[in-house]
Amino acid sequence: MANEPLLEASGVVKSFGAVLALRDASMQVAAGEIVALMGANGAGKSTLVKILTGAIRPDAGQIRIRGRDHRVHSPAEARQTGLVPVYQEPSLIPDLDVAANLRLSETPVEPFLKWVEELGISGLRLDEPVHRLPLATLRILDLARALASEPDVLLLDEMTAALPTDLVERVLKVVRRQCELDRSVIYISHRFSEISSLCDRATVLRDGLTVGTVDVGPGSEERIVEMMLGAPVKSTEEIVRATGQSLPVQTQETPRLRVRNLSSGTKLSDVSFEMRSGEVLGVVALEGQGQDELFEVLAGFERPTGGHIEIDGRDVRFHHPADAIAAGHVYVPGDRADALLMQRSVRENIALPFYARPARWGNINMGAEKTRVDGAIDRLQIDTRAQGEVQRLSGGNQQKVTIARWIAAGVRTLLCFDPTRGIDIRTKREIYPLLRELAAQGSSVLLYTSELEEVQLACDRAVVIFNGRVVDIIDAQDADEPTLMRAAYGLTNGSAGERAGDNAEEPRP
Amino acid sequence: MTMPAQDDLSIAKRVRRFLRDHPLVPLVVLLIGLVVVLEIMRPGIFNERWIGNTIKFAIPLAMLAACQTLTMLTGGIDLSVGIAATISAFVVATQVAILGTPGAIAVSLIPAVMIGIANGIGVGLFRVHPLIMTLGTGLIGTGCLQVYQRTVIATGSSVPEILAWLGTGRTYGAPNSLLVFLPLAALIIYALRRTGFGRLLYAIGENEDAARLAGVRSWQVILALYALSGLIAGITGLIYVGLIKAPSLSLAVPLLLPSVAAAVIGGTSIFGGRGTYSGTIVGALILTVLTTMLTVLQMPEGSRRIMFGLIILVVTAVYVRITEDS
Repeated sequence: MANEPLLEASGVVKSFGAVLALRDASMQVAAGEIVALMGANGAGKSTLVKILTGAIRPDAGQIRIRGRDHRVHSPAEARQTGLVPVYQEPSLIPDLDVAANLRLSETPVEPFLKWVEELGISGLRLDEPVHRLPLATLRILDLARALASEPDVLLLDEMTAALPTDLVERVLKVVRRQCELDRSVIYISHRFSEISSLCDRATVLRDGLTVGTVDVGPGSEERIVEMMLGAPVKSTEEIVRATGQSLPVQTQETPRLRVRNLSSGTKLSDVSFEMRSGEVLGVVALEGQGQDELFEVLAGFERPTGGHIEIDGRDVRFHHPADAIAAGHVYVPGDRADALLMQRSVRENIALPFYARPARWGNINMGAEKTRVDGAIDRLQIDTRAQGEVQRLSGGNQQKVTIARWIAAGVRTLLCFDPTRGIDIRTKREIYPLLRELAAQGSSVLLYTSELEEVQLACDRAVVIFNGRVVDIIDAQDADEPTLMRAAYGLTNGSAGERAGDNAEEPRP
Repeated sequence: MTMPAQDDLSIAKRVRRFLRDHPLVPLVVLLIGLVVVLEIMRPGIFNERWIGNTIKFAIPLAMLAACQTLTMLTGGIDLSVGIAATISAFVVATQVAILGTPGAIAVSLIPAVMIGIANGIGVGLFRVHPLIMTLGTGLIGTGCLQVYQRTVIATGSSVPEILAWLGTGRTYGAPNSLLVFLPLAALIIYALRRTGFGRLLYAIGENEDAARLAGVRSWQVILALYALSGLIAGITGLIYVGLIKAPSLSLAVPLLLPSVAAAVIGGTSIFGGRGTYSGTIVGALILTVLTTMLTVLQMPEGSRRIMFGLIILVVTAVYVRITEDS
């Protein structure tokens, strides 16, 4: 470790309301060093980045740059002190041309163009409106703009995510050269191959806590994964007992859902898998690997740009969620607020799909509606004390309402996107058995979860998606957290995640 | 001592919650208050005849306000109802001599429904903002009416007797227009509470994405909604021409903005998802009584309008404050 750190953060605490995002985060970056910042979803990475760049203020803790106490109140201030971030999303203003964007951020043009050239983009015209440029070029322009301001500390958040391989090489080369100039880089990436080729050290966050810093070298990947996971905190046996055993499935039947070479936009490139009746199929992926797009396509919200969806052996095309619902595909989205009418009653929320078709716009049979709704409420044990308005319900109960709706309306394939995110442990333990029960009655459940331990509790198999492609399909009994984590980072079969797309499962015959 | 303070708080909270759960109560109180003030200003005015007149004039307003309430529930508005009503009135008055009363009534409703269908296609399928769409069809309707007027200039006009009877007549003191209005109001109130269509209006207004997720194709709902709004506007025109008895090219147009005001005063949110038709009816009554009051004060037209505008603003602001979420 270097003697005098260029940047030093210690004891950083930040809470949002009742949620403690950072408990005690710290990291050090020496001059001329490239440090990876690692952590699973929700570990606090992005909060720490926002604090470093002045986008939000910490509740407690110290940040020093060159040993001087340092408080930044805005991204502009952070920039002046030499800390320049490049975020995951392009930051140029789409309606202006490149030159106007540079003037706006007071970026010197000459060095900017030099960097653009160096990064492998030729023939850039400064009077080109930004919205006409492809995504990869925008990322490069963001990086060139950051480099042109000669930052002491460059912060790169998933810089290579949207880039083709040749540009990635260029970027890595340029980043590596930064440290020869005694400048530092904080590097955030999900790709282990880049981290091991680029970084000197890796600082690992878990549950808002810096759990350690590892010198990057041979074998350090395993240690980093271990640190990200930590010791198993929750006693999982109890939940397993409640959910029962996953049921055996016959392999010869026609699958309920078969997805072949599905692609959508830039995020979902090539996904193939099968899901049988009576199966709970987990989807495991780091943030933004294409799982959102996969669910939206399967639920009829987006049309795929390529590939096929087959239900019970027949090719289907969804133009509207109503088409998907007619085929028995129902969707529980990640954000409850997207699915609920917050000002309406529990009963109206659950009954909503009953009246979607014009043939059902007429008189409501209140008795029959009540019977169906109450059945679903009973089955999910929804606390109806505040049933007059869904917004008065707890998060867990709201989530149950979104599921209850489809149990009342009828479901053959339940698409569940992270249904247990942000809800209490008791409700979680009610939701797993419910999913298993639905499967036992012949439905299929596709379950994306950001909590890896859920896979073994609720799923029969898990599909792992990385970079828009299926990289692995793992049976539940082998799907312990370390295995899933490695796979999610594209580290399947010890292949260190290189060109993760190439070892995607071939579409099955 | 903190107990009394807490008690106060809980009483204030209770009152708020009560008002929130029964939003009609403060409106009815306001209506009664206005009538009391009017009786004090002009003792003896409050009699059977006055009540009948007030209701007679409130009905066309409440009917046009039904169009606003229904469209506002989905986050829309219908600014074409004034001209749609006028067209129906004008067509019926000019066609009755040619087609006879039933034929003229049937034909007169067609243009109003067509304006509604055009609105529904624009708003539902092409996602034009309702404000712009209905303003546009309203202007087109105005133009068409002027063209139509030239073709019937020689025909002359007369108000069918049945409409005059409905619009102005009374039976045992009660205005005959109640014969149309009461079933219509009952139907709307019932539809909003107990039909799938009503549920979908609230759902689309509150969270269109959630409705879509539940399988609702909202363009279908929007199309039916605006067509219905056009139909109600057409019927309103027929009642109104029976009341005014002088068809003109701008007959019901002055009712347009009061119809929006009646819905808003009645507690319908212009952002959608919230409102009842019973509130709107009380809103229409409040506006009608208010108009009488300002006339009784014998203010000049200018100050009367200023007062009218101010009162609407204050009532709406206060009402929204006391009934919104704490």
